[in-house]
Amino acid sequence: MAEINRRPIPKVPALRGKTVVSLFFEDSTRTRLSFETAAKRLSAETMTFSVSTSSVNKGESLRDTVETISDMGVHAFVVRHKSAGVPWQISQWTSASIINAGDGAHQHPTQAIVDCYTVREALGLTALNGLRVSIVGDIKHSRVARSNVAAFTLLGAHVTLVAPPTLLPANIETWPVKVAHSLDDVMPSTDVLYMLRLQSERMDQGLIPHLGEYSNRFGLTETRAQKLQDSAVVMHPGPMNRGVEMHIDPADLPNSLIHKQVANGVSARMAVLFDVLARGGELNSLQEESV
Amino acid sequence: MNVVITGSTVLTQQGEQRLDVRISNGKIIELSESIKPEVEDQLLDAAGCHVLPGFVDLHTHLREPGKEDSETIETGSRAGALGGYTALVAMPNTTPAQDSIPIIDFVRAQGKRAGLVEVVPSGCITIGRAGSALAPLADLARHGVQIFTDDGSGVQDPALMRRAMEYSRDLGITLAQHCEVSALTAGAVMNECSCSSELGVPGWPALAEELMVHRDIELAKLTGAKIHFLHLSTAGSVRLVREAKREGLPITAEVTPHHLSLTEELLRTFDSTFKVNPPLRSAEDIEALRSGLLDGTIDAVATDHAPHVRRDKELPLDQAPPGMLGLETALGVVLSTVPMNAMDLAKVMSINPARIAGISDRHGILPQVGQPANLCVVDMRAEWTVDPSKLASKSRNTPFVGRTLRGKVRHTVFEGDVVVKNGEAQR
Repeated sequence: MAEINRRPIPKVPALRGKTVVSLFFEDSTRTRLSFETAAKRLSAETMTFSVSTSSVNKGESLRDTVETISDMGVHAFVVRHKSAGVPWQISQWTSASIINAGDGAHQHPTQAIVDCYTVREALGLTALNGLRVSIVGDIKHSRVARSNVAAFTLLGAHVTLVAPPTLLPANIETWPVKVAHSLDDVMPSTDVLYMLRLQSERMDQGLIPHLGEYSNRFGLTETRAQKLQDSAVVMHPGPMNRGVEMHIDPADLPNSLIHKQVANGVSARMAVLFDVLARGGELNSLQEESV
Repeated sequence: MNVVITGSTVLTQQGEQRLDVRISNGKIIELSESIKPEVEDQLLDAAGCHVLPGFVDLHTHLREPGKEDSETIETGSRAGALGGYTALVAMPNTTPAQDSIPIIDFVRAQGKRAGLVEVVPSGCITIGRAGSALAPLADLARHGVQIFTDDGSGVQDPALMRRAMEYSRDLGITLAQHCEVSALTAGAVMNECSCSSELGVPGWPALAEELMVHRDIELAKLTGAKIHFLHLSTAGSVRLVREAKREGLPITAEVTPHHLSLTEELLRTFDSTFKVNPPLRSAEDIEALRSGLLDGTIDAVATDHAPHVRRDKELPLDQAPPGMLGLETALGVVLSTVPMNAMDLAKVMSINPARIAGISDRHGILPQVGQPANLCVVDMRAEWTVDPSKLASKSRNTPFVGRTLRGKVRHTVFEGDVVVKNGEAQR
């Protein structure tokens, strides 16, 4: 798929005649646009559902909305919702395929596919055995963290979560990860530094005393970035909160993969759409996926 | 017309006895080894069945007034009768709430009109269940209300709860607490556990229940008032209550059939049928609740029957209302999960709850001549499979769909009338 995207005319007829609906109940820039771009490059028809202009504002239920769109004859729903589990719920109400584009703080599987692919591409690796990945920030409310813990672990990487205890989920000891509370300590032993967005509402909820204090402990500053090994790479799923978790301009980082993540988002989502709609298969394992 | 029950094993004060039962004018008039029915008698075949005092549910949401699309007093009463109940304590979180005499009268009247069980309204502890000012406890008590609760939420303010307990001490009533420190459960969807962490949903920690159980035990010690703990769900709560009872405090407690049988793992399906408050907990909590029920720490099984219409339960998990049906499956779930003989069962399903609800003059009485005929006839060994389409409740949110349960109600006799015969409602 990445090869297709490098062509002068990045379009193939693989999904001609298939209809893909973006069902986004929550704001999104990169995920929605990259899914829609991916679908178009594979020649699928796309429909966009946006809550603000839909009957949802007239009180139509989720089920009625899905059944109505489903009746129009669609092949896949790409679903983003602020509540965990909505893609699973929807799958009971339609025979179309469901692709999870982020559900609450639960999962964001295509982001993890993008991220793992980006790391493999950048480091020239197939498996990630022994790679040390540090995910920093609001793990508790992050679907990206949950999907990436699963994906990186599956590929053999060792994941360390770095956060104050209030931003870690309960029972974190049951996760296949290490936990660190000091970013400075983990910097020298990190191969992939994955920064998460910190939302300012976490301060209103009293989970951190102050954004400045958070930033001092867990933000990526220039001084802190110097503690990284030369070979280490930096990632962020976006949107970035500059001045909070990202003090340093990513442009000043020698090994930032942040722009790569966005670019690869289209390829990875093309692969997912192709797998679901053309091969009719499931992503049984990330290793088998050829992005 | 008399009713004659034949072929039954009757649970009497002397234990289980092979006896027939004759009922007339709402009372048991004869218990003997063989009763010859008259031509005009209504016969209930009870071969292989036990005759028990009719069950009493301390915790039913009948939804009327206010949410009649999910349940009415009539449909809920029918579900209750089919579950072997002859009395249901109606929770006060109706709209308007049961905090005044007219609403209490309305609920009672609707119960009488349905005529399937005795509907026993509970009252609110605070006006509108808002947790800020005491409801007219004495007026309502004089009007026959025996049990008071803000169920759906707990009384958060410790000073207000202290006043409620002091004020109620001389009224002969029982306060029933929904134990949940709500500051610790904001937005909670399920038990706080590794499962909630993996699903990325806010958890409801055991601590939120146990803190309030502890607080109210201490308040009972301080004030001498009676307190009943609704739907206990954690091992820690069982420990606290066991300890408090050992000290002789006037404390009682209930557990629901679902907390005795279902774990938090069911939420992995994102099916809001399994969302309930307090939430389903761990296997260890279930074990502790079962032992608590068997050793008498927990006095009663109460359903927390909470009907919800389909469209509400089809909301995303975090928005769907908590609650599950219970009346028609309680007996089967209890007998399928906790080893019990007929006497154990009668205690936790009828005798103890009747005492806690303050209705033991007419319910929860082991069958004897001269006593009111509020009875259920149950086959403790019969197996059946739960089919939601066959439930009498107006809603379908049972978590036991497709499960095979042991223990089935064959007949229910309420105030001498046969309201359920061979598993079919007669009204």
